[in-house]
Amino acid sequence: MSEVINIVGRGARDGAKLFRDWFSELSKTAELGNPAAYVFVMGSMAEILRVFDLPMVFPEINSLQTAVRHVSSDYLNEAEDYGYSPDICGYVKADVAMQLRGGEHPMGRIPKPSIAVLTNACNTYLKWGEIWERMYGIPMFTIDVPATRQAGNPSQIGSNQFEREKKYIIAQLEELIELCEKITGITFDIDKLREVMENVNKMTISFKRMLELNRSKPSLFNALTDGTIYLGVANTFRGTIEGVKYFQNLVEELEYMSENGIGTLTDEKYRLCFIGVPCYPIFRRFNEMFTEWGGTFVTSTYLWFATGGTNLGFQYDLSNPLDSLAEGILISVRDAMDSMFNSEIPLVKMIDDFTLDGVIYHPIKSCRTVSTGLADNRRALMEMRDIQTLFIESDMMDTRVVSEAQMKNRIDAFFEGLASRKIREAVGEI
Amino acid sequence: MAYAAGVDVGSTLTKAVIINEDSQIVSRSLIDTGANVVKAAQKAFLLALENGNLREEEVSYVIGTGYGRYKVTFGNAQVTEISCHGRGAVNMFPGTKTVLDMGGQDTKAIRIGDNGDIIDFCMNDKCAAGTGRFLGAAAIALDIPIDDLGPTALKSEKPVKISTTCTVFAETEVLSWLGKGKKIQDILMGVHSSIASRSVSLLRRVGIKEEVTFSGGVAKNLGMIEVLNRALGMKMNVSDDSPYMGALGAALFSLDYIFESRTPMREKIV
Repeated sequence: MSEVINIVGRGARDGAKLFRDWFSELSKTAELGNPAAYVFVMGSMAEILRVFDLPMVFPEINSLQTAVRHVSSDYLNEAEDYGYSPDICGYVKADVAMQLRGGEHPMGRIPKPSIAVLTNACNTYLKWGEIWERMYGIPMFTIDVPATRQAGNPSQIGSNQFEREKKYIIAQLEELIELCEKITGITFDIDKLREVMENVNKMTISFKRMLELNRSKPSLFNALTDGTIYLGVANTFRGTIEGVKYFQNLVEELEYMSENGIGTLTDEKYRLCFIGVPCYPIFRRFNEMFTEWGGTFVTSTYLWFATGGTNLGFQYDLSNPLDSLAEGILISVRDAMDSMFNSEIPLVKMIDDFTLDGVIYHPIKSCRTVSTGLADNRRALMEMRDIQTLFIESDMMDTRVVSEAQMKNRIDAFFEGLASRKIREAVGEI
Repeated sequence: MAYAAGVDVGSTLTKAVIINEDSQIVSRSLIDTGANVVKAAQKAFLLALENGNLREEEVSYVIGTGYGRYKVTFGNAQVTEISCHGRGAVNMFPGTKTVLDMGGQDTKAIRIGDNGDIIDFCMNDKCAAGTGRFLGAAAIALDIPIDDLGPTALKSEKPVKISTTCTVFAETEVLSWLGKGKKIQDILMGVHSSIASRSVSLLRRVGIKEEVTFSGGVAKNLGMIEVLNRALGMKMNVSDDSPYMGALGAALFSLDYIFESRTPMREKIV
């Protein structure tokens, strides 16, 4: 019994503690006025930044935390009063308001940026970076990752195109290293880069295993609620010993649950995939509207793209770090983009692998990058496979466009359809 | 003889239907919902009982549907109006493959599979344009009774184009056309066409497949039926009982519960 108590739920407990620690460290950095790097979940460049001991700030995570803690409206209103349109990304506006408040955040104090590092995985990243550039006069460095030119057909390792694209990224990484040296006064240390990359390798193996383990019946974690904790740790502790340990422990926990038939729900009836970004303003309630029916999210595209492609389990070649880092960025960040734009391609296979009963598409007003193609993705998936899907719209930040009653109506109707289908399947009508 | 009932509490109207064991409608009622949703549900049910000369204890199972389904306090269960309109439409017109339900504040497009199950649905979100409320706003602005809207619109020869997609602003646009001297019937036809255009767009999102069945309170509006038929290029199934389709669907689900051999669609009532 004590073993159960110690292991089951450890991932959630440890994850929450790591998060608190992480925000505490950020508060200390802010109080000391030390430099910090603002980075994003789709290609954080943690491998390089950790070599220079630059604390990383994830503005997306800061912003979503305001929604989870039910204060996002205050921040959004403040940014709109300042002149930002209601149509602009809620993450951006919450961050702008937080900057106007001098870094005041429900989890602590957020340091000002000394550098902003971003990729082109999200078009808003570029405009967001420009805001800090103007506010603080800091350098904004964009890693331009060549995207997949044809859906489902990225350039392959060893091909001329892939090698050209990799060289392009190496050149950008070299520029970033120079810039970091200038900002921090620290000389680049390739052995330290190897150390960080080795930690990323170890964490990535566990992360991939964690995702695969949820094929278990019953499922071992909820990809929406538990998954968001895992995702946060995967981003903020990337390249650290703590991150490695966390995911190794998590795999141990999930394997234990799998061996002992312990699931995330006592009565799992429907296994679902979540597509998009969560509804953070009513994060728990949103999930409950599914679990009340015995539905649970066994996987999500959020765990793919919002970890910058960590789901692939890409392993760096430590004998050739910079080259391999470029290769990893090209493969992983590109996959993050593809999993936003062409989610139906991997999903077709996952329906069987994860024995999915349904797919939930959740486009959000705030994020056109993630949401624009979802209606097409859904149609494409339904043409390829006979599977129930649900399309519900809300937002990840803005309570003004989150209508619980409307969502519940659609969710209930979706499950009524699923229930009817299950009954027909049971009597051999389907 | 066992009876089953469905009570559809909509934003504007509350409907109750009682059916017999053979799924035949034996009684129906339709009243304004008003401000007290609980009372409206009770009143509609009691009226249906009265209309059918039935006693309450003769009705073995009642399902609430519509936006006020959780306010059907005397009911045994709730089912969404999406499932109920789909079920009711297929029962009334077995060839139904697409349902357009136009109610007081929402419009639903529902796709029905070959086995009668709902395979997709789509509703208006966060905006009442394209719903009965849009017609209500026009009726107020033009000061004519709701029931006269359709017949008046059908007299139009030169319909105006209502360009706004907002119900509130549409009222302003209607007044501005009046100010320009346009005939009421032409303005009304513009309003009907605007709603039809949004509804067809909703239907396209789920895929339009014949037969299309029109349900909901607006299905009583002859002008809307005509405009939609034109926009769709086909004749929709419409019945005098179209406004009752949701309540009928709920009553049919009630029957499933009474005769478990018919397999209830829900394993658990939430």
